[in-house]
Amino acid sequence: MLSGKKVAVFGERDDVTGLAVRKCVEAAGGEVVYEATSCFV
Amino acid sequence: MSSAGEKAGEGNPVIRNCAQCLVHVPDLVPYGSKPRREILKDPSTEPRLMEALRSFPQAVAYPPNQTFIGNLTPDQLAGIARPWYGRDDEQDGEALCTGPFGEIVSQDLFYAILKAANVLTPPLVEFASEHRAALKTRLANHPVFSRFADFTFVPEPTIEAEIADGSALALRSGDTLLGGVRRDNRAEGREDENLDAHTLLETLCVKASGAIALKWLLHREALDAAEIDFVISCGEEAAGDRYQRGAGGIAKSIAQMCGCTSASGMDVKNFCAGPASALITAGALVKSGLYKRVAVVAGGSLAKLGMKYQSFLQAGMPVLDDCLGAMAFLVTPDDGTSPILHMEPGTVGTASIGASTSDEAVYRELILEPLKVLGLAMTDVDKFAPELHNPEIMEHSGSGDVVHKNYRLIAAIAVLADQIAKAEMPAFVDKVGMTGFAPTQGHIPSAIPFMGHAMQAMREGAMRRAMFLCKASLFLNRVTELYDGVSFLLEANPQANR
Repeated sequence: MLSGKKVAVFGERDDVTGLAVRKCVEAAGGEVVYEATSCFV
Repeated sequence: MSSAGEKAGEGNPVIRNCAQCLVHVPDLVPYGSKPRREILKDPSTEPRLMEALRSFPQAVAYPPNQTFIGNLTPDQLAGIARPWYGRDDEQDGEALCTGPFGEIVSQDLFYAILKAANVLTPPLVEFASEHRAALKTRLANHPVFSRFADFTFVPEPTIEAEIADGSALALRSGDTLLGGVRRDNRAEGREDENLDAHTLLETLCVKASGAIALKWLLHREALDAAEIDFVISCGEEAAGDRYQRGAGGIAKSIAQMCGCTSASGMDVKNFCAGPASALITAGALVKSGLYKRVAVVAGGSLAKLGMKYQSFLQAGMPVLDDCLGAMAFLVTPDDGTSPILHMEPGTVGTASIGASTSDEAVYRELILEPLKVLGLAMTDVDKFAPELHNPEIMEHSGSGDVVHKNYRLIAAIAVLADQIAKAEMPAFVDKVGMTGFAPTQGHIPSAIPFMGHAMQAMREGAMRRAMFLCKASLFLNRVTELYDGVSFLLEANPQANR
């Protein structure tokens, strides 16, 4: 689904973390070029 | 009644008492990290911010603050229609600044406690001559803090000139300049950015607010300060000079200020999970027999004042993150009445490094595995306390209801573990959940403000078990991508209702 796509990942500690999104993106064939998990608290 | 504790092992420590306090410091909000940075970029920000600050009666009447000090329960708070600010009863004086767990301290009183927290000569905190007597008298007359008023003043204060030349920070009350905080002006301090006025104010704030909570704890327990064996501080400050920034020493500084002459102490750091980690450490020290009375104390965070102020200004709201939080807890051997802290092997939840690459794995380690050791299911827990941030603050700042997000994950784990059906998730959250009520103070909102409410409900026989779940954003240190999690189970004392 994401083959050949470069993806910037923004996650949130108290919701969906960047790491979780990364795993989904990579499973879909995407390349994560930026990943950050923010803490808003 | 039998307890999980009896089944898995006896000799657990108890949380014997607690104190939960707030310090309303509107004129320190500009010194919070976010306001301070924005004011430096655009000085016109400051007057707009100052116009949106709340009065002390408004802050006291604010229902989440009343919940923090125990005058309302989280369930009662949930029954109050929002908005919780700007209510008709804010100015009627009915709301109490003291509650079952502690006090909401006013700014002027806190300034006097900041002065009492100073140990340097020349002093870090100084008041203008005309305000000295009133501030000291106010402190001396306080029923809990009077001992703090044992300080003297330098004969001729120079603080006003230092504020004027920018080398000291003003302590204001509205338009009135009461005094200021200076940097360490001794030779060894002058070239050290870690000892500038702002950093030292941050450190003094955690010490002074921590002392407020510890004094309230001693007062509530009617305990001589000298009876405390050990004190653990768990705030998020980083005290120390250029060679040992963040090295600690806050626990003993607070203990000394409160007269705990027999105590030793240390600081425990774990970001927002600091208080939970400190309580577990205290429990282990007590269970081992090393100490009998361990106080855990958490002072407030100056840096996080006004953290969400931009959202409030945009919405035409008052700035709601205007309070420092402070908590203290007394951990002792089993007294037969107080709630027990489960400390059997395997019953304290951790997020192992191996598990920290998966949210599901973390939650299994935090919730399912400790309960399994005790022979319990998630449905055996009356309440789960996760991050307890006030949703009125978080939703307006665009982060949504952080508390509810955590409950969604907790319920999902219950489904994955086949302990509830997926369709039961909303009802499960209603049963085990609560509304958040804590200010954005980092380590303060992380589960532990429910302690006072849980202890009260357990003593009244209205609750049997509460699980506290804390997260820590370790990745903010920029040297790991991990986040941490810590959990523990509190249970009504099985001997209490026999």
